[in-house]
Amino acid sequence: MEALLSKLVFLYLAVVLIATSILVITNRNAVHAVLWMLVMFFHQAVLFITLDAEFLAAIQIIVYAGAVLVLFLFVVYMINLRTELKIKNFMDFWPAAILVSIALLILIAKGVGSLKLPSPVGDMTPERILAEGHGKVLGKALFTEHILSFEVVGVLLLVAVLGAIVLTRRIRMKGEEA
Amino acid sequence: MIPVSWFVVLTLFLFSIGALGFIVRRNVIIMLICIEIMLNAVNISLVAFGRALEHTVAHVLVFFVIAVAAAEAAIGLALVVLLFKKTREVHMDEFRLLKG
Repeated sequence: MEALLSKLVFLYLAVVLIATSILVITNRNAVHAVLWMLVMFFHQAVLFITLDAEFLAAIQIIVYAGAVLVLFLFVVYMINLRTELKIKNFMDFWPAAILVSIALLILIAKGVGSLKLPSPVGDMTPERILAEGHGKVLGKALFTEHILSFEVVGVLLLVAVLGAIVLTRRIRMKGEEA
Repeated sequence: MIPVSWFVVLTLFLFSIGALGFIVRRNVIIMLICIEIMLNAVNISLVAFGRALEHTVAHVLVFFVIAVAAAEAAIGLALVVLLFKKTREVHMDEFRLLKG
């Protein structure tokens, strides 16, 4: 009974994820596309919770739904083109692109079709997650084993922020000259 | 426990849809959103593999992927704003500067 319920939850989440992603790529209105993306991110966070990854679910909502999508919405509002709703929103070669996409699907399916998982190798057992919490388990691995990568990601985010500021600052100076 | 192959199939479909959107859409903002869809699809299978193998490294990798996606969105959107200010255009097939 419990297994059936978890499968039903997974199927619901999978159907919603695929349906919302199709809506995102077919929607004419960029604002609607971003809002469907929000629905997709929330369902993905629930999918992470069903995989016992509650810390990742939290940062999925905080970073993606809270920060990245707000950034997208700001830019969509800044450069919202009213003509967007009237002109074509697909390239001329879209039937060929669908064929390419299906070919990609078949290729990857062939590639991973013979996948056999080995027996569990790590120490992140369900009992440990239940005892310590996913955040603590992940934090221990992050700040001991992967501390160098963590520092490098900090520098990367700094560079990204500086890059965004420098790029947009140049625009304002050009606007003043004009 | 749901088998990992189900998550891999879901990842496959989401990744193909994201790639399709990246190829066919003309709007640069939607193309960036499609990149996010593809990254999220890969995140799903990484979390599922990490759960099945009971290893933390996959979940740490998802953490880094989310950080890199945030940086990529910031830079990408700054470039879109720059392109729009310069050409008043956000449609990918209108940029023909490199074609001469």
